[in-house]
Amino acid sequence: MLSLHLSALQVVIPLLAAPLCAIIRRPGITWLIALAVGIASCINSIAILLHINRFGEIVYSLGGWAAPFGIEYRIDSANALILLIISFIYLLGIIYAPVSIKSEVPEKSQGWLYTAWILCFTGLSGITISGDVFNVFVFLEVSSLSTYILISFGQDKRCLSAAFRYLVMGTIAATFYLIGVGFLYSLTGTLNMADLAQRLPDLISQNTVAVAFGFVIVGLAIKMALFPFHAWLPNAYAYAPNAVTAFLAGTATKAAVYVFIRLIFEVFPEDYFSGFTSSHHIILAVGIISAVITSAVAIFQNELKRLFAWSSIGQIGYIAVGVGLASTAGVAASFLHLFNHAIMKTAIFMAIGGLFIVTGSTTTAALKNAGRRMPWTMAAILIGGLSLIGVPFTTGFISKWYLVSASLEQNFWWLAGLILLGSLVTAAYVWKIVEIAYFRKDPNEQVVRQEAPLSLLIPTWILVVANIYFGIDARFSGSIATQAANTILGISP
Amino acid sequence: MKQHLILHVIAKIMIPFIMVFALYVQFHGDYGPGGGFQAGVIFGAGFILYGIVFGKEATMKIVPPPLVYTTAALGVLLYTGVGVAGMFLGGEFLNYSVLSADPVAGQHLGILLIEFGVGMTVASVMVILFLSFADYRQPDSQDTD
Repeated sequence: MLSLHLSALQVVIPLLAAPLCAIIRRPGITWLIALAVGIASCINSIAILLHINRFGEIVYSLGGWAAPFGIEYRIDSANALILLIISFIYLLGIIYAPVSIKSEVPEKSQGWLYTAWILCFTGLSGITISGDVFNVFVFLEVSSLSTYILISFGQDKRCLSAAFRYLVMGTIAATFYLIGVGFLYSLTGTLNMADLAQRLPDLISQNTVAVAFGFVIVGLAIKMALFPFHAWLPNAYAYAPNAVTAFLAGTATKAAVYVFIRLIFEVFPEDYFSGFTSSHHIILAVGIISAVITSAVAIFQNELKRLFAWSSIGQIGYIAVGVGLASTAGVAASFLHLFNHAIMKTAIFMAIGGLFIVTGSTTTAALKNAGRRMPWTMAAILIGGLSLIGVPFTTGFISKWYLVSASLEQNFWWLAGLILLGSLVTAAYVWKIVEIAYFRKDPNEQVVRQEAPLSLLIPTWILVVANIYFGIDARFSGSIATQAANTILGISP
Repeated sequence: MKQHLILHVIAKIMIPFIMVFALYVQFHGDYGPGGGFQAGVIFGAGFILYGIVFGKEATMKIVPPPLVYTTAALGVLLYTGVGVAGMFLGGEFLNYSVLSADPVAGQHLGILLIEFGVGMTVASVMVILFLSFADYRQPDSQDTD
């Protein structure tokens, strides 16, 4: 029984902590509470993973009402992996936060910021573990609403219009998702994912299923910022406080991608996505276009946070390519890239936050002499950038390797070529940064070494080291991603 | 609206009834139509009516914003707390049956507390929304009170 409570605790602990923070509202104490939530959630998510490896999936009926009538939490190796990513990025983000937040957010607002942050984490955890499509919607709203608040804490006034734009897009996304869920409910009379998966195959030829499928996919595509629906992301990431951007980049779109994968492969009938509707071609095409084009857009950005926000959209494109391949290898590559991208992108945004503390700016001009001025901060950005390109000994290489072999498995030589083209374009914007930071030397100029504070560098470098470690030894991440893909596609290992 | 005597008198008569009706909807929600959301909105509407008629400053004296923020959070805390109490008493999260020796009595107690938490939060948030928007002025509009 205790072990089963693990799944509920993942949501209950932050849900208890958030109102507590709203009552206390003092920056120091709320930060400590947020930190405690992070530590507890990390231990919890590891315990869940170990439990699943030994005893199989965890099923938890909320309120003691058994599914399909009650809401159930269902965790298998796929959501356990996402849960692990979200919890660790949250913890590192909170450790990173105090110094970074202090430089950007007035003290009286900091308590509210941590409250919203914990709530956002509640929502993301809930999305990940819930086995009920309506409950997913509720948590989607919890995480989205708190994300709008988090973005609007930014220093630049333009953060408000960025938050509002995201609010409009996010609401449309949630509405689309809910309409899709409504159609499914009217057809089957159930909201439980496992139950839906049982009932939908008999109804496969009904148009209602197709409409529901379309609405759900488009709704989630907006939330995960898939290519034509990505417009909200660059401003949201660019104007949010640095610590918040680091957290969001590693988690927010990931949870939506997970639900996307779970629904199209497991809840909708087998082969509905790739066989019956052939919509996998669309996702594949959108993914690869996104990967190449948005990376090209990133080259022309002069603000680092916006540059890497565009790069994030491109990386979501790679994840979509894996999904669009609709094979075990493809989905495994997607899961692996979810994990790897969370590590590298969070590290990059954290390092940019460090750059901001030292130089007071996040434009590319601020990078001048950064290679000599703050070697550790700059090295974190550099290693993250190399990983985005896919250089060996970084996680990015492992992701690309899985993705390319998944496309070669289906004899998609052109796709492998385009993926490598995407890497080349990525190399262009990473080179732009490297060139300014390391090679624009003025021989007469004296450079004083001035590193970002240690409390910022340590979480950043934990992720950088993880990036290199999982780039060399991918046994853990690779096996768990493959296991996750097998579970979702219903193939027994 | 400080000069409208009729509005003042009617509002003063109405507000107690609005609040009693809110409490009826709140605590009768287990058996009839109603519940925490509806009751919270009605209860909050009482304060909003007061705010419209007597002005924002008078309302802030009765319900100071720090207090409303706290009650909004306390409602959520009560909700989660009842859920956690269920976990400590050997049931699942939000399982009310274990709250009392008799499962039916436990369900009654559980839903009553949960709905009270919901009502508290909704009423507080209604007041917060009103006060926040009452604060808003067009950048260069005249004060036409």
